[in-house]
Amino acid sequence: MSIKRKACIAGAWEHPLRKAPDKTTAQLHYECARGALADAGLEFKDVDGYFCAGDAPGFGMLSMVDYLGLRVRHVDSTETGGSSYLIHVSHAAQAIAAGHCRVALITLAGRPRSEAASGVAAAAKPNVPEVPFEAPYAPVTLNAYALAAMRHMHEFGTTAEQLAWVKVAASHHAQHNPYAMLREVVTVADVLASPLVSDPLHKLDCCVVSDGGGALVVVHPDIARSLKRPLVSVLGAGEAVKGQGGGRVDLTYSGAVWSGPKAFEEAGVTPQDIRYASIYDSFTITVLMQLEDLGFCAKGEGGRFAADGKLISGIGRLAVNTDGGGLCNNHPSNRGGITKVIEAVRQLRGEAHPKVQVPGCELALVNGTGGLLGTRHGSATLILGRE
Amino acid sequence: MTMIPERAFAAPMVDSANAPFWQAASEGVLLIKRCSACAEAHWYPRPFCPHCGSESTDWVASTGSGTIYSFTITRKAGPVPYVLAYVTLDEGVTMLSNLVEAQMEDLHIGQRVAVSFRQAEGGGAVPVFRPVAP
Repeated sequence: MSIKRKACIAGAWEHPLRKAPDKTTAQLHYECARGALADAGLEFKDVDGYFCAGDAPGFGMLSMVDYLGLRVRHVDSTETGGSSYLIHVSHAAQAIAAGHCRVALITLAGRPRSEAASGVAAAAKPNVPEVPFEAPYAPVTLNAYALAAMRHMHEFGTTAEQLAWVKVAASHHAQHNPYAMLREVVTVADVLASPLVSDPLHKLDCCVVSDGGGALVVVHPDIARSLKRPLVSVLGAGEAVKGQGGGRVDLTYSGAVWSGPKAFEEAGVTPQDIRYASIYDSFTITVLMQLEDLGFCAKGEGGRFAADGKLISGIGRLAVNTDGGGLCNNHPSNRGGITKVIEAVRQLRGEAHPKVQVPGCELALVNGTGGLLGTRHGSATLILGRE
Repeated sequence: MTMIPERAFAAPMVDSANAPFWQAASEGVLLIKRCSACAEAHWYPRPFCPHCGSESTDWVASTGSGTIYSFTITRKAGPVPYVLAYVTLDEGVTMLSNLVEAQMEDLHIGQRVAVSFRQAEGGGAVPVFRPVAP
């Protein structure tokens, strides 16, 4: 069963805080839910489906449904790291199409900045099958991206300058976002002059660590049409998981080679039809690889595709992450998936900042890479359209 | 030129499925798993073959020789810099490890490496890799 036009994103709200020492994580979830429901013109009592992932505190789903006072008939706590929230949109559309719910609420929130939890050091937990064979080598999150970047450079001649252009584009967008954590425009030289943290990645190749969150409200099209917001439909979705293949490691591609084509096929569009894309930018290499794997350019051409400001709105044929992305704006709870959807909704509604709004934006792609690109990750792709 | 600093290794996390691996490591042998049904090696070791699903898997000794598939110097996360790498063993599987006994500036993808072992806390040993002549 296709989910094309079976559900609409009626509410989207990003928490304005980037540091929240005086709020609890549950409170941030609540405020995001309240904001997204108000954006849609709905209330908590209208919600009959709820979605959350690993950032939800306590017993996750059970704690949050109880805390928010929800009365739901459909729940889903699919956990694929930062890509979870894109999969939640897809699963919400499936549930709505199947009649399991009509108003689905999705929340993400966290306080890694206030709690000094940068996500750099992965705790070695027992009973995880790969951990005994990896923890001795002290891998940290950014290593898994740096290993992919190093191989990409080796295979395709990608340069540190080309990676830096992804950050430069994000900073050009972030200067127009009053809530962005980093609003200063940076240059390629600035990125290369920042300290190497995990070769070949510099400090400025890495996303911010921020508190905050976001929420989405996915509804039946009949409900969307009764509300006052522009109609943003879910047109297609794909999800995939890529790991180490039992030792057949290939870092040159990501799970987007599977999640992307599935989403495009369902939506009935091609990369050439897309003028705005939210592409998960945990690190600069993440964007380069997704541009290739989603088909915006050929494999190995990501560096040239991104270079010379071509990802900046109004310059290249594809505007990417016009809110400033995870690199400059926000990466709440060390998981950026929901902010990717929110900026795509802004673009489709024509509500992005005028300096970065893509004129007549009718189609948007959202891509999420969750977990660890170089070891095991979830990849999710959504195609959204304005009706 | 900067030599990769030596660092301490925590005690291996031994469980019922991986105990033979760590026993062999403490004796200076790198074990991998090979499937007797499809003949494919796999990594990390499991009680079944992730390629064909057979439960007929055997521990076999790797030659310990391989090639650097990718690497990265972790400069800020620990007390000293260390080098994380994917090493493709000559048996065909690629494993995460650390590189040791090399100048950081000399490291490159495609470099030949050989297994070496580092003593861990509690008496165990951890396999790592050092560059060798091609």
